[in-house]
Amino acid sequence: MENAYVNNNNNDDILIVRNLKKYYPLSKISIGKKRSYVKAVDDVSFSIKRGTTMGLVGESGCGKTTVGRTILRLHDVTDGQVIFDGMDLAKIPPRKLRRLRPQMQMIFQDPYSSLSPRLPIGEIIGEAVKEHKIVPRSEYRSYILKVMHDCGLQPHYYYRYPHEFSGGQRQRISIARAVALKPKFIICDEPLSALDVSIQAQIINLMKDLQEQYGYTYLFISHDLSVVEYLSDTIGVMYLGSMVEMGEKKQIFDNPMHPYTKALLSAIPVSDPDVKMNRIILKGDIPSPVNPPSGCKFRTRCPYATKVCAEVAPKLKEYESGHKVACHLYSQD
Amino acid sequence: MGLLDKWRQIKQAEAEQGIDHTMYLTLKEERRISRENNRIIRQFEREKNRKNVPEEEYLTKMRDPNNVVEFENLHTYFFTDVGTVKSVNGVTFDIPQGKVVGVVGESGCGKSVTSLSLMQLVQAPQGQIVSGSIRYQDRNGKCYEITKMPRDKMLKVRGKEIAMIFQEPMTSLNPVFKIGEQMDEVVLLHEEDATPKMARERSLEMLNLVGIADPQKVYNNYPHELSGGMRQRVMIAMALSCTPRLIIADEPTTALDVTIQAQILELLRDVKNKINGSIMLITHDLGVIAEMADYVVVMYAGRIIEKGTVREIFHNPKHPYTIGLMRSKPSGKTKDNRLYSIKGQVPNPINMPNHCYFFNRCDRAIEICAEEYPEMVQFTDTHSAACHLCRNGGLMDTNSTKEQR
Repeated sequence: MENAYVNNNNNDDILIVRNLKKYYPLSKISIGKKRSYVKAVDDVSFSIKRGTTMGLVGESGCGKTTVGRTILRLHDVTDGQVIFDGMDLAKIPPRKLRRLRPQMQMIFQDPYSSLSPRLPIGEIIGEAVKEHKIVPRSEYRSYILKVMHDCGLQPHYYYRYPHEFSGGQRQRISIARAVALKPKFIICDEPLSALDVSIQAQIINLMKDLQEQYGYTYLFISHDLSVVEYLSDTIGVMYLGSMVEMGEKKQIFDNPMHPYTKALLSAIPVSDPDVKMNRIILKGDIPSPVNPPSGCKFRTRCPYATKVCAEVAPKLKEYESGHKVACHLYSQD
Repeated sequence: MGLLDKWRQIKQAEAEQGIDHTMYLTLKEERRISRENNRIIRQFEREKNRKNVPEEEYLTKMRDPNNVVEFENLHTYFFTDVGTVKSVNGVTFDIPQGKVVGVVGESGCGKSVTSLSLMQLVQAPQGQIVSGSIRYQDRNGKCYEITKMPRDKMLKVRGKEIAMIFQEPMTSLNPVFKIGEQMDEVVLLHEEDATPKMARERSLEMLNLVGIADPQKVYNNYPHELSGGMRQRVMIAMALSCTPRLIIADEPTTALDVTIQAQILELLRDVKNKINGSIMLITHDLGVIAEMADYVVVMYAGRIIEKGTVREIFHNPKHPYTIGLMRSKPSGKTKDNRLYSIKGQVPNPINMPNHCYFFNRCDRAIEICAEEYPEMVQFTDTHSAACHLCRNGGLMDTNSTKEQR
């Protein structure tokens, strides 16, 4: 299919997402009524440069995981473009997509349920390597052992089963499984949230080392802002399926503009008993994505909401180079 | 290559590297352990199931009358088929009246089991309080020895005097009853002259207190109709409805989002002042501890390795594990390219070594660390740590840790 190839002038970007939409139909349909949808991802656009890390933050239910999964086409795209290395993944036929699969990998949140309990570790890591013929058969075993070594796994784990490992080790196995396919781009969907603090640091270091060594590009999905701040180069903040603010790490953390980002940042607990934070406490909960508020989706919890917020949905606009915000507070000037 | 050959290969490789897997037991050994366990467990259960125990047997005296709860050398073991797990292995600390005591540690370090021991909720029959004492003082100044208290008496304390907020609000609320029914039940059970009408009023008042905007509506809702933050509020309201002396909050915010976490922490602090109670806050998040706690207890593999006031722990940590924990938390201020990480993992809980449990992971270990378990070293009245390096008035180089933070 020809139209799957997109003329990509900017070769720096490994991934460009344009107006990505993912709607899930609600199962209850009554005759004569319009079918209603859950707008899990509603018009999200961003791009990631080669070899960098983009952090995607937001509360649970804001659609950040769905963004990750639609990029890999684990879910089909409702509308929009996902351009990976000059190819539009949303339109590519399945056979070609399959050939592209090794180049983009995913690390899942829960290391307890994402590894098959029936396969030994060597098999878990190597199954896809065999399938995609990453290395010749003769080098297969030594290649797997090398990948395991890179990820801090000892060679005698090769025939062990997942239940024999702790959470941190399992997450290393998941990373090894992703890395073994020599990917260019890895989506990490909250890889640390099931781990203890001391183990988290080990995994963060491992991910950083691998990136330096092999130049991976990460899309790091997390709700832990301190981890995102440490790992990412650029950050996108999502709320109810839309991107509300994005920019360089420095721009977001030093000069947050959107009220939601401000509240998120101020909610991080500080490990110092003497620092008294001037905390912005948001009222209420995240609204249901089935029936989002009109206009700006954040207005129900926003301390600065005005009349215009209820009427017009704010567009993502650029205020400094690369720093984009979707908020009416900044649109007057 | 057959499976057996592979197995032999692994075993040989492990033997060469000195790896010993006590996980693998023969059937015979397993049977022997389980028989032994049954014998021990039966003994403990008999003790607990006695009826008409005279009150004198479990009345005791507090060491310090200002404390609500005192743990002293508490040992809670789990007798499993693969061996005895010493979940809590000699824990001593106090919870003073009106203060927040934070208990930090990794998963499996025994922090939850400590709190469950206090509630007599340890998973029986395999889990048993083996020795030590937990003293609890009620509002009339009577002191009880929780470990010796019979089951029927404990029912009066649990929920009324000591209430608990669990980590996962969905699994701790009953899905088939309305919120209101579940909340009324607490009042009806614990207040002697409570009428259903009174209970309803109290429940609505409590729901209001925890900042639920429309208590009437929530009162008639089922748990699944509420969001995670709301459910946790209901849990807190339920815990408060008998104005307990002590609230045990077991990871109250772990399942929640950051913005909701901020709301719940604010609420807990507020509520503590309103009822003038104490809180035992169990968490693995040092940030939450720094914000909420007055005293901190750091646990590792079933033992307390450091305790002190929140300022002592955060500004002047002594134990290498505490220092490591603080340094391994990422933040934008971290200048180094690599994050500090504590190497390795927690030792197997079944065969704990006799030396310092942190020895394998400690980067400052000295010879003696491999020989004996360190005693608690006292720095100030409140601050103490269990580390050989601290013995001679603090050999530790604390300056370097401050810079890195």
